[in-house]
Amino acid sequence: MAAVLSPERAPAAADSAPLLEVVDLKKHFAIRKGLLSRVAGYVYAVDGISFTLRAGETLGLVGESGCGKSTAGKTILKLIEPTSGVVRLRGRRINNLGRRDMRPFRREMQVVFQDPYSSLNPRMTAGDIVGEPLINYNLARGSEIADRVAYLFGKVGLRPDQMIKYPHEFSGGQRQRLGIARALSLNPSLIVADEPVSALDVSVQAQVVNLLMDLQAEFGLSYLFVAHDLAVVEHISHRIAVMYLGRIVELTDKQSLFARPLHPYTEALLSAVPIPDPQMQRKRIILMGDVPSPINRPAGCHFHTRCPYAEAHCRVEEPAMQEVHPGHFVACHLRQPETPASKPVS
Amino acid sequence: MHAPAPRPARLSPLNRRRLANFMANKRGFWSLWIFMAIFLLSLFAEIIANERPALVRYDGGFYMPIFKTYPETAFGGEFETEADYRDPFVIGKIDEKGWMIWPPIAFSYNTVNRNLSVPAPAPPSAANWLGTDDQGRDVVARLLYGLRISILFGLTLTVVSSVIGIAAGAVQGYFGGWIDLGFQRFIEIWSGLPRLYLLIILSAFIQPNFWWLLGLLLLFEWMALVDVVRAEFLRARNFDYVRAARALGASDAIIMFRHVLPNAMVATVTFLPFIMSGSVTALVSLDFLGFGLPAGSPSLGELLAQGKANLQAPWLGITSFVVIALLLSLLVFIGEAVRDAFDPRKVFR
Repeated sequence: MAAVLSPERAPAAADSAPLLEVVDLKKHFAIRKGLLSRVAGYVYAVDGISFTLRAGETLGLVGESGCGKSTAGKTILKLIEPTSGVVRLRGRRINNLGRRDMRPFRREMQVVFQDPYSSLNPRMTAGDIVGEPLINYNLARGSEIADRVAYLFGKVGLRPDQMIKYPHEFSGGQRQRLGIARALSLNPSLIVADEPVSALDVSVQAQVVNLLMDLQAEFGLSYLFVAHDLAVVEHISHRIAVMYLGRIVELTDKQSLFARPLHPYTEALLSAVPIPDPQMQRKRIILMGDVPSPINRPAGCHFHTRCPYAEAHCRVEEPAMQEVHPGHFVACHLRQPETPASKPVS
Repeated sequence: MHAPAPRPARLSPLNRRRLANFMANKRGFWSLWIFMAIFLLSLFAEIIANERPALVRYDGGFYMPIFKTYPETAFGGEFETEADYRDPFVIGKIDEKGWMIWPPIAFSYNTVNRNLSVPAPAPPSAANWLGTDDQGRDVVARLLYGLRISILFGLTLTVVSSVIGIAAGAVQGYFGGWIDLGFQRFIEIWSGLPRLYLLIILSAFIQPNFWWLLGLLLLFEWMALVDVVRAEFLRARNFDYVRAARALGASDAIIMFRHVLPNAMVATVTFLPFIMSGSVTALVSLDFLGFGLPAGSPSLGELLAQGKANLQAPWLGITSFVVIALLLSLLVFIGEAVRDAFDPRKVFR
């Protein structure tokens, strides 16, 4: 690990500095039209998100499909080039690095993809898939590779004799375990899990989520867990960020989000989570209309078109992120901080 | 799925599976063996069809005229020049003090049979199994030598043009953008050049030989694979496992050749037999038109042209047709079997 740490890192920040720091990250996709590929507009997939992630912590990133949560994960990993903003890993800015300079940092941050079918090369055996990163970084050679791969297979609940099989010979859950083993092979400190369980059966989802949590406890991993299933996110996350149209609208720890959601959108989302108690009466908030287009977003607060509490100035003025309670951030005009000293997201 | 047999082979399981799949395809498997046999025979054409005897016993000594040149004086003749073993005078001299063993076909590709009882082209006979062409040369010998040139030409052209084409297509598809755009426009212009006219113009300046023709056809042949490989790379570069490979620290070259290219291989390999047969056909047609190999060279195309010029001698046309059709069919059968063997989703029984 020490080798990949940048010398620019402030020594005092060693303990307090977050593992991952994202400041005002934006990714706008240009829409090109016509013969001359004129830029006709932008898809504001990710529009200025900020958060931090501490070592050993899981941050859940939830939102409807199309809200930009997957793009956010890929942009942080620089699999997609960000439009602007800053991404820091252990205090070292990485979003402006070239491919070659980025390489040492790739070891630190890995990814588990949503689709366990398309994310594994169909022409490589399971053992080769998991062992390849070791060869890329020259971490092991010869029989060491097989030993290390067998160890990783054991860690994710696969049998070492399955190393010679091809991805198509595995089930969806086993494939996702392979993807996790591949992500673990470089001993990363951060794993961006891009909806890792949404393509799986519900029974298998639980196994994979529990596997991720066991691995976190064992290796001290941090997860950026992108998902749309609130129940899964509640189970695995320490803190949760809710995204709507490319922005984080609420960011807080799991307990306060579920007990006291402050943003109207979060309220609506939570009211849709089924509760296994038929006696329990609950007011279901049904949002009207569809998610507005991320190309032509509503002025003011992006949520005002569907917000049951929207007021006049919501349509004009964009709400800023405010710390309403300690550690509980929300972007809504209707929720004002209890203490006058509001501060930006740290 | 049958489990791969556990044997101490050095092949990877993937290649073992491919080999098993290939061998399961009987038609392709036997086509390969027949093709290899023909190729091997043609490689040893000098021993099978030669105007010099394989072994001479003369005056207590052994001579091997195929591998060494002996003057006529060595066999009691009068001239210092090389012995003509088909000359009745030399044959008589050798038979006096020894004997000769001839190859199965006692003619080379350029040997003129002067003992024909009918005007050339002569019909098939005991001496000339498939008759002679219009200059009295043995058709079997010319076929054997002609096959060798055709196969070697096709193989070389296929290998070199595939390597260039795959590399060009991979770079275009993987990097995309302006590289892709510029390269594509260049290929569009380049493929518009009339290659046949270039060859005709060239043959006015020089006598094109094997290497000239190879180089000239290569100038255009490499484009055959570019589009296929480019399309596969364009498709694959946004696959999750390619993204994952980048996240796992793989370099561009590793991603291109380890992750993307193997998946582009089915499409590529599917084209290879057609490129190979196309290369063979290209040489045949150039020879047929008279712009190919130098006059007198053994060639399938030249034999085909003779068949057309001598319709009264059907053995020329029929022979060349059958041989060319057989060669091309074998190549396609092999190609089909290879293509199926490379397909990971194909399950044989």
